[in-house]
Order: sequence, then structure tokens, then C-alpha cells
Amino acid sequence: MNTFSDSAVTAFYLITTLDPGLWSIAGRSLGVSATACLLGCVLGIGLGAYLAVSRFPARPMVLTLLNTFLALPSVVVGLVIYLLLSRTGPLGFLGWLFSFKAMVLAQLVLVIPVAAALTRQVVEDVDVAHGEQWRSLGAGNLVRGALLAWNERFALLTVVVACFGRAISEVGAVMIVGGNIEGFTRVMTTAIALETSKGDLPLALGLGLVLLIIVGCLNVLLTLFRNWQVRYQSSKPSSLRGWVA
Amino acid sequence: MKPLIALKHVSLKLGHVQALHDVSMTIHAGEQVALIGANGSGKSTLLRVLNGLHPITEGELQLAQCRQAMLFQRPHMLRTSSLSNVALGLWLDRSLGLRWHQAKARALAALSVVGLSGVTMQNAATLSGGQQQRLALARAWAKQPELLFLDEPTASLDPPAKREIEALVQEMIAPNDKPSPMTLVFASHNLGQVKRWASRVIYIEQGRILADLPTEDFFNPVCLAQHSHPAFLFLQGETA
Repeated sequence: MNTFSDSAVTAFYLITTLDPGLWSIAGRSLGVSATACLLGCVLGIGLGAYLAVSRFPARPMVLTLLNTFLALPSVVVGLVIYLLLSRTGPLGFLGWLFSFKAMVLAQLVLVIPVAAALTRQVVEDVDVAHGEQWRSLGAGNLVRGALLAWNERFALLTVVVACFGRAISEVGAVMIVGGNIEGFTRVMTTAIALETSKGDLPLALGLGLVLLIIVGCLNVLLTLFRNWQVRYQSSKPSSLRGWVA
Repeated sequence: MKPLIALKHVSLKLGHVQALHDVSMTIHAGEQVALIGANGSGKSTLLRVLNGLHPITEGELQLAQCRQAMLFQRPHMLRTSSLSNVALGLWLDRSLGLRWHQAKARALAALSVVGLSGVTMQNAATLSGGQQQRLALARAWAKQPELLFLDEPTASLDPPAKREIEALVQEMIAPNDKPSPMTLVFASHNLGQVKRWASRVIYIEQGRILADLPTEDFFNPVCLAQHSHPAFLFLQGETA
């Protein structure tokens, strides 16, 4: 019990004193995960929307592979990216190992299957119900996938949240490819792992609480934004008319 | 005269279901053809084959080059303005070759025709079922189609909305009570609608065409009984 109360006090202390070490780590965590999430969602949502509306012989195999990648262990991803980026690896010339970019790349690999698989499900449901109307209007697979994904943008916000959660909470991949270098590649999860191994459990748990609070705040913001959009869209003329109209 | 549509021994399998069996028919420009039959008889499937949405598995489909539009029972509207939904329908049709601002201008005119000028910038997904169907009609009308397919366009509407849609379609196929060059092919369970719109009625049962008659002959029990007993029984059941 002491550990929990100590960690709560530690978390409170770290937040209220604006501990520079903590905010530097938290900022780096957010930076890496937000970048990976953004890139992963662009690529994954695009891929998922295309898979949702297209039909080709290898599609069942691709979908099985995609669903399998949902359970991709982050340490395995870290190891593969490490081998690719290491000096003797095929991407060694980039010099990305133990850098921000390497961590983003590792998280990107973890996020893309999540974004693609969830988007595929959301868009395919709409395509099965209404896709033929858009085909009848002349929309090919790419355009139809893009239109239906855009139409389901509120549902896809949940996908973005899930992707961000997957990125910011993983530790294995960023530990391997980032190296947990203080002030350079240390992020929240690797810091928690380090403090735990050093036996400083209150600090580790405190960092965990801070991480949880950050993710919680982001989720609340996204939910508020989505609710506002849904309410605004249903009560006012289209707010996105500038995009399409 | 060369037909607009010619189907020769067309069959279609959807999964394990034989949806169409050896269907042969021709439709000439200016005809208004009703497809009737029980649920699951193949009316909607035939419409989709004609619109190119289902590739046929057997037989031959000849379709003359013409502008087509199709109206569905439950139209799907994107969560954007009514204007954008109509303009998008035009923009997607590459044969029209319209730029976005041209599509919007034409969409505005179409919205005015169906009486939706007041909701031009309103999110289309928030419109009522009747308004959405009018919007879909505007999307079809804006293309100035030579061939219009309607799949039970009033089946899910209340009586006032049904009357509005019927009046609009009537105006499209016979503007100012003059015959239009537009060809209409529609599926319907509403026999009154069939009498009002169609010049020819095709009865379908289990994917087969069992009757193909001019409207007055189809609704003449003696003539229908002589021509097709299953269609006669269907009509008896529907009008009983």
C-alpha cells in the first residue's frame, strides 16, 4: 500500500513542481508517439480503406496477415528494426539507430496494422451497405475508399486514439532501437522500466501515473472534439463545406 | 431501331444463389419499363446488372453508350452539405467532364428543381428520408440521364414523401406532360405506381422473366392469364 501512496505523492510532486526531467521525458514520449501515430494513421487508414472496398484474389491472405500483425510483439518489431538500422544492416547508412527517428519508425510499424485493420472494418461495413451507390455514381476503389473513410471520420477518431494508445504504451521496441539514452532517447515507458530495475518503485509508478494522466487528457480532448463535431454537424450547415463544397 | 439495352441469355450467380436464369430482353429508348415480382425474385439484381454493378456470369449484355443514373431504395448521403453530395455525384461521372465549380453550379440548379434550395448547405446526413430521396433524385437529375434506373424509390417513405417523389419522377419522365426521351427502368411493389409510370411491365419470379407485356395488357386479367399464369396469380394476390 505504501508503494502506491508513495507513488501517488511522487506523481503529484513531479507534476506540481514541473520537474524538468519529467517534462523532457514526457515531451519526448508525446513527440515520438504523436509522430508515429500521425504517419501510421495516414498510411494505415489509407491502406485499410483501400482493402475495405477492393476485391482481389490475395485479399483474404492480406487480411489474415494484417490481423496477425495486430498482435505483433513490440520487442520483435524492435529487434527487426534494430537489425535493419544497425551499421551492418540494409538501412544502416541512414544512421538512425538510437535516435528519435528510429523510435518513430519502430512505433510506426506497430501502429500501421492497428489503423489499417480497424479502418478496414469500419469502412467495409459502410461499403457493404452503400458502396454500390458510389460505384453507380462512378467512384472507383480509391475514390470510394477515400470518400467512405472521410464519411466515417468520427468513427475513425477512435482508431486514432487506439493507435496513439498502442504507440505511447509500448516499451520493447523503443528500448531496443532507442537505447534509453538519458536526455536523448529516454521516453516514459523506458524510464519506468529503468526505475523499476533500479528498485525505485514509487518513482516508476509515479511516472506511470503521469503517463496515464497524459493519455487520459488526450482521450478526453479527442472525445470532446468528436462530440462537438457530431453535435455541430447535426445542428448546423456543414462545417466542412469548404473542403468539399 | 437498335435497342438501348439488350440482354441475351443472361444468368447470374451471387454466392451459391442463382439470382438470374437465362434472362433475355431488349429495352428501347423512351420506354418506361417496370420490373415487378415478389421479394427476392431478382428485380433489384436485374437492375444492378443493367447498371453494371453486377458482372454477369453467363450470357451477353449490350448497352448503348448513354448517360445513366440509378436511384436506390435508401440513398446514402455523405456527412457534408446537400450541395456537395449532388456536385460530387456529377464530378465522379468522368463522362460529364465537369470541373468542381461547374458541378456545383449544376447541382444548385438540380436542388432547386427538387425543392431543396433551402437546405443547400445543410448536412445531407441530417435530412429526413424523404428529403434524402429528393436529394438522390437531384443527384440523378443533374446528370440529365438518358437512362434512369429506380430501385423501389418510394418503398421506405411515408405517403406525403412518396407523393413528392412520384411527382418529381413523373416530371422527369414526362416534363409538362410531354413524352421525354429518357428511358426508365424501375423495380416496384406499388402497382399504382407501375400503372402511372410504366409503358411496359416485366414480371420476374425466381430470377426468370415470366411475363413481358404492355402495361394495359398486363393489368388486363384475361390477357395476363392467357400469357402467364404465374404472373396472373401474383397480380391476383397483390390486388386481392
